[in-house]
Amino acid sequence: MILSRASSLYRWNIDRTLAPLLLLAGLLCTAILLLIVLFLSKEAWPVLANGGWRAFIADNGWYPREGLFGLLPMLAASLVVMLGAITLAAPVGLGCAIFLQFYSPPVLRRGFRLLLSLLAGMPSVVLGLWGLTVLVPLVARWQPPGTSLLTAILVLAMMIVPTMALAGAAALSLVPAEMISGAAALGMGPRSRILYVAVPAARRGMLSGVLLSMARALGETMVLLMVAGNVVQYPHGLLEPVRALTANIALEMAYATDLHRAGLFASGLLLTLLVLVLAGFAARSLRYG
Amino acid sequence: MAERLFTWTIWLSAALVAAALVWVIGDLVRLGMAHLSLDFLLSVPRDAGRSGGIGPILVSTVLIIGVTLAVALPLGLMAAVWLAEFTTRGNALGNAIRLSLDVMAGVPSIVFGLFGNAFFSIYLGMGFSILSGGLTLACMVLPVFIRTSEMGLAAVSDAWRHGASALGMTRSAAIWHILLPAASPAIGAGIMLGIGRATAETAALIFTSGYVDRMPESLLDSGRSLAVHIYDLSMNVTGGDAAAHAAALVLIALIVVFNLLAQWLTDRWLHRRLIA
Repeated sequence: MILSRASSLYRWNIDRTLAPLLLLAGLLCTAILLLIVLFLSKEAWPVLANGGWRAFIADNGWYPREGLFGLLPMLAASLVVMLGAITLAAPVGLGCAIFLQFYSPPVLRRGFRLLLSLLAGMPSVVLGLWGLTVLVPLVARWQPPGTSLLTAILVLAMMIVPTMALAGAAALSLVPAEMISGAAALGMGPRSRILYVAVPAARRGMLSGVLLSMARALGETMVLLMVAGNVVQYPHGLLEPVRALTANIALEMAYATDLHRAGLFASGLLLTLLVLVLAGFAARSLRYG
Repeated sequence: MAERLFTWTIWLSAALVAAALVWVIGDLVRLGMAHLSLDFLLSVPRDAGRSGGIGPILVSTVLIIGVTLAVALPLGLMAAVWLAEFTTRGNALGNAIRLSLDVMAGVPSIVFGLFGNAFFSIYLGMGFSILSGGLTLACMVLPVFIRTSEMGLAAVSDAWRHGASALGMTRSAAIWHILLPAASPAIGAGIMLGIGRATAETAALIFTSGYVDRMPESLLDSGRSLAVHIYDLSMNVTGGDAAAHAAALVLIALIVVFNLLAQWLTDRWLHRRLIA
């Protein structure tokens, strides 16, 4: 920051008015977060009060009209879909990152980057539409109904691959060139240089990319709503339909009232908490490794 | 042998991602192109969207994004300038604001939808309206926009600030005439990210701006955005697939156009302020 004395040429000292005004804007942005927490808690309070949250774990099944709020099956579905998508997308993302950084001819590099950012910017509702009209019928030919854990994992993996690839490439580009040429001088081939020198050196950035993708996958609504089948049950087969927490909110908000509505807001709070923990770990891994 | 296998694996993973994108875009074009026409863009949806067009929906989409930008741009730019120019390193208040922005950036979009419904639609009494949808999206895009702009401003060399104060410029003048134009590529990138997210967003809008597909008469009318229209056609309207694919093509085109426009505007701004 540079502290300069105000110009004496102006009669009206605008600088003195500007700083508080700008600070006010910053505080307003912080107030939004407080409002979000406040209103989520306020709406969820009827369920959270008096230990009602225990129903989330104890109740057998999600039948809000009968007062049963067991959301463990949906939580399990959310987590399984996320882990499946990460397991599929992580190796491919790593491969793309290595391709961008070490293997791609300069002509292809720009184009491939563009392609990744196009895929990253693809609206999730469009990917969901594609999954629903193309992928689901393909899976259904094999085993109906087609809307299943598997389709959700596949579409979600497509959605997060570019994030991982771009984060991975950024992390790899920060590895000092001397380190890699040093490895070459020791007689290591390109494969060992990349796998045993560059990738371990870039692991922090890569881990942070993976954690951020996990957060994104967990918070994703449209894809899961459109291709996962929305049947509330524990995921016990790749071809079984499941319902994720996010999809549940989108499905039931339209008609939920009273306790039911409160239950949905509470599940929103839970979701936020999970995502924030992941994002927090991502920031930490960047800072401390 | 191991080397060659590794090379093949790397090329294969890149080819896989490229093939996936080509597959998606190819299918969208194949299934939606026939339905796409000038008439489709301009006319009103008929028969729940199976036939007719997306005219009112495009208008609602642009209005929602307009509200989002009208709120997020000035507010975000002011906050970014404060963070970059008026805080010292380790300023507790500045760090608190940054932390809260980072937390906000992680909140899932469906949760923004819940918040928007409870706060804007019900508490502030805006109902299902373009205004409450746009404001919800503004909350959603603010953190990314602020952090990108702040980084752009922080990257401007201190020599420019020294030069400005040596010339006796007020800090306000230095910010407006020198620092903001110098940071405009980053600010443009922030706007681009924000518009891209706002245009693609569905989950946060279903319960804030609503489903009504008539031509909106004011900002307090409910308006269906293009993304919500695609969702509704594919999930709730049997036989709406062709129209949904055509709408998806329009949505992708819209995002690309917004990106190019933001790029062009920032280039022009930078050019006029710094070079001319």
